[in-house]
Amino acid sequence: MSKERLAIIASKGTLDMSYPPLIIGSTAASLGVDTAIFFTFYGLNIVHKEKMHNLKLAPLGNPAMPMSFPPSVEKSFPPVKIIESIFPGPPQIMGIIPGMTDFMTSMMKKTMKEKGVASIPELIELCKEAGVKLIPCQMTMEVFGYKYEDLIDGLEPPGGAATLIDYVTQAEKPMMLFI
Amino acid sequence: MENITANKVLDTSGLNCPLPVLKTKKALEDMQSGEILEVIATDPGSKADIPAFCQRTGNELVKMVEEGDRILFYIKKK
Repeated sequence: MSKERLAIIASKGTLDMSYPPLIIGSTAASLGVDTAIFFTFYGLNIVHKEKMHNLKLAPLGNPAMPMSFPPSVEKSFPPVKIIESIFPGPPQIMGIIPGMTDFMTSMMKKTMKEKGVASIPELIELCKEAGVKLIPCQMTMEVFGYKYEDLIDGLEPPGGAATLIDYVTQAEKPMMLFI
Repeated sequence: MENITANKVLDTSGLNCPLPVLKTKKALEDMQSGEILEVIATDPGSKADIPAFCQRTGNELVKMVEEGDRILFYIKKK
């Protein structure tokens, strides 16, 4: 019987919300906790062969988003610092401008890279190396019309809520995290 | 205690959470029990995370030194 098991439910498919399940999952497994990540609803896109490379960050409806540019942009084009000091975050209205989501996404990816944070595909590999079980949600696959072959290699067979609850409750100390 | 000779050095300069911990775990896997791993980090979060990793996994954190922006950890493999 496992001592500790952690089950993480990854339910969001935006770029920003794809990091926490993968970072916590890979770290927990490295610290000796049996870990599984259950990819459900939009979170299933994190393990979709093509969609995992096109996860986006939406400025609209995200009031906590800071107005910040990658360090390299601040260095090569100092006027952006003035913009950063005036606006606490991108004005919400900007979110409806076509191309703004793609622009914000590329800025975030650049910032993450320059700050030494692993990319989503890299984090998935780190999870696999650390022995994290990656479980795609069967029901979501049906709803979205994704086949098992559309998803990345190295996943567990598709499962449902019962699979996850059974996995985690087999341990002395079960832990669950909804992201 | 003054001079610790490391059997292996891992440089995680420029890398951020969770990479220093994951790379430390991986580096320790190829080492023998009792050997010393030196980890160089620039991520301020590693000051809390590497000791937590050692505590959890039973590897001994022999020494932690801050040298300017760098933090050096000396970990003895369990």
